[in-house]
Order: sequence, then C-alpha cells, then structure tokens
Amino acid sequence: MSNQPERWGSRVGLVLAVAGNAVGLGNFLRFPAQAVQNGGGAFIIPYLVSFVLMGIPLLWIEWAIGRHGGRFGHHSTPGAMHAMGKHWWWKYIGVFGIFTNLTVAAYYAYIESWTLGYVWYSLIGTFADKTPQGVSDFFSWYLGSDQGLISFSGPAVVFFLITLCLNLWILSRGLQKGVELASKIGMPILVIFGVFLTIRSLTLDAGEQGAVFDAMMGLNFLWTPQFDSLANPKVWLAAAGQIFFTLSVGMGSIHCYASYLREKDDIALNAATAGWMNEFVEVILGGSIIVPIAAAYLGLDWLSAHVGFEMGFRTMPTLFQQWGTVLSVFAGVAWFGLLFFAGITSSLAMGQPVLAFMQDEFRMPRNRAVVVFGIILVMLSLPCVILYNGGAFNEFDYWAGTFSLVVFALAEVILFAWVFGMKKGWEEITRGADLKVPQVFKYVMQYVTPVFLLAVFVGALIKPVAGDWGAAFASLFSGHGWPLEADSVIGMVLHLGVQDTSWFVNGEPTQVFILDMTRILLLATFVAIALAVWAAFRNKPSRMYLEDAR
Amino acid sequence: MSTAGLITMLCTWTVVLFMVSRLFVRVLRTPADPNDD
Repeated sequence: MSNQPERWGSRVGLVLAVAGNAVGLGNFLRFPAQAVQNGGGAFIIPYLVSFVLMGIPLLWIEWAIGRHGGRFGHHSTPGAMHAMGKHWWWKYIGVFGIFTNLTVAAYYAYIESWTLGYVWYSLIGTFADKTPQGVSDFFSWYLGSDQGLISFSGPAVVFFLITLCLNLWILSRGLQKGVELASKIGMPILVIFGVFLTIRSLTLDAGEQGAVFDAMMGLNFLWTPQFDSLANPKVWLAAAGQIFFTLSVGMGSIHCYASYLREKDDIALNAATAGWMNEFVEVILGGSIIVPIAAAYLGLDWLSAHVGFEMGFRTMPTLFQQWGTVLSVFAGVAWFGLLFFAGITSSLAMGQPVLAFMQDEFRMPRNRAVVVFGIILVMLSLPCVILYNGGAFNEFDYWAGTFSLVVFALAEVILFAWVFGMKKGWEEITRGADLKVPQVFKYVMQYVTPVFLLAVFVGALIKPVAGDWGAAFASLFSGHGWPLEADSVIGMVLHLGVQDTSWFVNGEPTQVFILDMTRILLLATFVAIALAVWAAFRNKPSRMYLEDAR
Repeated sequence: MSTAGLITMLCTWTVVLFMVSRLFVRVLRTPADPNDD
C-alpha cells in the first residue's frame, strides 16, 4: 500500500465519476427497449419503485462497504470484504468484484470501440450515400458477421486497440488526473450531445426532413401506460433488472470509487446524487432519442419488431442522413459520441478496481499494474472479438455481465445487513452524511432489498417460457413440469433449445463447443482471481487485528 | 399524444428533474474538498 493514498480531487469530480460509471450504453439502448416491451408508461412505476427500494439502498450499501474498506487501505472488493468480515472466507465473496470488472471490461471495451469507430465513419461521411440496407450491412461487415463462427475484422480490431490504449493511458494517469478528469470532460459533453439530440427528436414533425410521422408518436408509444401490465411479474422483474444493471451495482466499481473517501466524508448525498443523475440520463435523455426518431421515420410496427441494442448502429445512421449534410454528420458524431463517453466512463470504472487490487494487495506500481491489466484484458478480449459470431461475446455478457452481478449483490446485501449487522451498517451509511437518510431505509435494506434481489435471482434462474409465470405455475400444478426459457440460467447451462450439443461435427468445432469453452475460460478466470486473493491475503492480519491496530 | 401518456411522462420528468437538480445543487453548495478533514 502506498504511503500517500490516492484521493478524489473534488466532490463534483467524484459524483460525476460515479454517475459516469452508472451511465452506460444501456441508458440509451436498453432502457427504451425494456420500456416499450414491458407496458410503456406503466413500466415506469415498477421501475421507480425498484429504484427507491433496491437501487438507492444498494448504492448506499456499496458506498459504505467501499469507504469502510478504504480506511484499511483496501480499494477493491476482496480487501473491502476482508476488512468488514468476521470470517476468513468473506474476501472470496469479493472475488466477484474483480472477476466481473475484468471480464465485463473485456467485452464492454469492444462495444465501446464500435461507437468510436462509428464516430469516425460519421465524420468522414461513410453513411451519406448508403441505402438503409447498406447501412445495416455495413455494421455486419464492420463486425465480420458474415465470416462464420470464427471471424476477424480489421477495422473493428483497429478501433478496439485504440479504445483499449486510450483506457489504459487514462488509467495510468491516476485517479485525479485520469478517471476524474475524464469524467469531468466526458459527462458534460455526453449531456450536451444528449440534450441536442433530444430537442431535435422532439421537434421532428411529419413531412419534415423525410419524417413520415410526428416524433411525438414515439413518445406516446413509450409513455402511454398499459396498467394491466402491472399485474405481470415479468414486467416487475424487467424493471428491477433494468434498475439493477443501469446503476452498475453488484460490480465492485462503486466500492472502489467510494474507498478513496475519508472516514467522515459524506456518502449518502453523493450516492443519491449519482443515482438520480443516472436516472436523468436514462429516463429523460435515453427515452427521448432512439424511440421518437425511429418512430418518426419507420413507424410503430417496425419499432415494435426491431427495438433493441443493434438498432443504434444498424438504423440510426440512416435516419440521421435525412437531416441534411451538415446536421447528419453532427447528429452522427453526437449520437455515437455520447455512446462513447457513456462507455468510456464505465470502462474506466471497471479498470480502476483491478488496478487497485494489484496495487494494494501486491504492492505493484501503478504503471506496471496497468501493463498487467492490459495484457489480461487483451487475452480475455480475444474470444469476444474473434469468436463474436460463435457466441463468446454473449456468453461473457450473460455470465459475467448479468448473472455474476446479481449473485454478488445478493451476497453483499445479506452480509452487510445480516452478518456485518444493520446497526453497524447504518452507522457507516450515516457517518458524515450531508443528507438525512430516512430511518425506514434501515428496514428496507434489511428486508425489502434482499427480497427484491432474491426475486431477480430466482427470476433469472428459472425464467419460464416467454416470461409467463402464470402459465408456468399452471403447467407445474397440472403435472407438466416447469417450462424453462432457453435464456434462463438453468436453460443456458443445459443448452435448452439446442438440438445437437456435440462439440464437433465432421471434425469442425460447433457453436456449443465455443460456448462451453468460453464458460470454462470464465470459470478459470474466476478460480485464478480466487487464487490471487489467497496468495495476497495469506500473510495478512485479520480484520480484528486491523481494527485493534487503528 | 394521449393524455395518460403525457401526464405519465411529465410527472416522471418532473420527479427526476426535481430530484437531480435538488441533490446536485446541494452537492455544489457543500463543495468541501474530500481531502479536508
């Protein structure tokens, strides 16, 4: 551990960095899709309920664990859990906080590089003379989607390496001059780009610049509440899941950022501000760009059928082309630029905990830690890039970017509220608070948040076909068993829906082989990190000793 | 735009804008350097 620990330069910088960590590509690409598919305006009710009862409490818990760990010189979750734990195995729960950041960064940086690539292509006018199908095909070409299970795309690799180097360079500059400065620059630009696109989209009328319908029709589609959907557990699970993933909880990056605070620095106000800032970007900006613009040009039927992640790349450039030469370039740069800034502020937050782990626990100098992190990242990224068509990328996203988060969050909230103890936990949260935290949250954290997380966990584990829980229970009670969805956790493990699960056919590796190998790689990465934690802590004193020594 | 959609959107936007501005202004008003004891 360094004698002069790093600290945040300013409070605004800290809040922007944490908000930047939360604001990601999902704010603009996932939220509108989830809202459209889950009851429109009615979705916002379970969404905001989940934010207050699960999101905000989890933010406070993670900030509290992080700041507590920072007191003992630990800026990553294994150390933070070790510092608060009464048992030797607590630090192994913290392995999730390194595993998730490392493996998510490996594929997230790849998506981030697409946005950088598309900023470039927008600038040089690549989409200017392309048909809608041509723009969609360009995305396939860019990713090498037409090359079979194993693919290599030169431009995608070049932009990926540029993105990777940029991330590593910023991380190498340290907390204040790197992460904090990048957030102070990136977040305001992101908001400016977002406000520009929001205003342009909301003022788009039918007949203007090629628009077929009023953009407000898209907003109407997004916001008109279908109240009957509130009785559907699928909608509640989707809303809780969206809140969970949008806030970047369960990753270990919030713990890391909070650990650079001092013992009596506020966490209550900082955490709430960063959380609400994320909601501003997601609900107001994220909900007002892609859906209204796509609805104005392509109509609601098309939107319902195609809304999703790839729409941002396959469709938006075509729509911007209707806005004239100059504005289309600016809109393209603004759209992909805001996605890039949303991405890089998140990927930096994934890198920092991994660096902190090496610096704190192995006394590694920052620059050497950056090099080691870069090498590991490249090795883990390779399958995501080369085996993108084979499904390796999606496996990383599912197991590291979805499932691990829920497992870690569930474990940490139980440990914090029930084992560490809510009395001590509450003291941690309210110490130095610039915001009066309502007492009711003490009980929310102890009872409601774990139940919410448990519901998300079980919902993912045994998700029924089409998310129809009523039909699933009816099937179960009528003796026909539980109809598992293929993308439920159990369904994924068992390769449900796959006819032939052979690894090789005619001597050629199958997609199942690639998926299983990716899972083995992820498992091996987790075990390797657990071994590193064991090696780092085998000679370290227990928390009780540390407490006495202070 | 339907009345129900408009009301839902405006209410949500109002809540979000109110909360984010209120909290962020509070952060700006207490800009104590985290390094200060």
